[in-house]
Amino acid sequence: MDSMTIIAVASIVTAGITTGFGVMAPALGEGRAVATALSSLAQQPDAAATITRTLFVGLAMIESTAIYCFVISMILIFANPFWNSVIAHAGAK
Amino acid sequence: MHLSPDQIVFWQHGPFKLNATIAYTWCLMLVLAAGSKLITRTLSAGPERSRWQDLLEIIVTGITQQIEAVGLHRSRAYLPFLGTLFLFLAMAALCTIIPGYEAPTASLSTTAALALCVLAAVPLFGILEQGVGGYLESYLKPTFIMLPFNIISELSRTLALAIRLFGNMMSGSMIVAILLTITPFFFPVVMTLLGLLTGIVQAYIFSVLAAVYIAAATRDGAPEPKPGPATAH
Repeated sequence: MDSMTIIAVASIVTAGITTGFGVMAPALGEGRAVATALSSLAQQPDAAATITRTLFVGLAMIESTAIYCFVISMILIFANPFWNSVIAHAGAK
Repeated sequence: MHLSPDQIVFWQHGPFKLNATIAYTWCLMLVLAAGSKLITRTLSAGPERSRWQDLLEIIVTGITQQIEAVGLHRSRAYLPFLGTLFLFLAMAALCTIIPGYEAPTASLSTTAALALCVLAAVPLFGILEQGVGGYLESYLKPTFIMLPFNIISELSRTLALAIRLFGNMMSGSMIVAILLTITPFFFPVVMTLLGLLTGIVQAYIFSVLAAVYIAAATRDGAPEPKPGPATAH
């Protein structure tokens, strides 16, 4: 395998693994957060505004970890620096 | 397929490029500024008022209440900054229903610039509120060992703000673009709706997080606003 193939395979496989594993943990975390918020809402409907606001902010913070993984896999697929440098080298030859 | 609206170039002359990010940012700024100017030209305090004035009052009052709910009690001082952030981000997200439009917040340059504004605004408001000494002292809390960690957290949360907004907006347009090639007609419409919701939530999150950071910088360990020390002037 030449270096181009290795880089392509590594990038694509890593992008898939990154999104796959990176989404798992935030999903579990968001599930727990929503479940806890729902039970708090059922116990104290008066505090709905505060709970909902805090829940949204918290969810966005948790979700951003998944978004980081997504951004990394998008970079690996669409804007891979190693791939670009190999292409530039191949073009220079 | 393109990763960000930076890659759509409308006009190019030498090193100057007019890409979609800049063009749509200007359009949004123009719409927001001209719209506010037009509406506030004929303000009235009586019962006879235009519907647009009611709309603006609802928006401004809502933002003020949200800022106060976060813990900033002098909300009028922070309304210009936080309100502008929210309105720009919300407009950038809502306009995605216009065909041919690309959200400028789907470019990392825009979100990084906005996050840098927050990074600069937090010390500014902190110093205005507590004085230079009082603000710098907040880095040494609870002990001086935490100094590097406080600085790192300041930088990393700026990075997180930028990447979070960029990732959410970019993924929205990206998913629609991918789905258009797989299942055209119906399903992309649903994802566009979801993208609208995500965009508004992210606009809210961005401004609320900025408000939380400002609140943490302005009343750090000082529940009563002290008379400003001499270093503040």
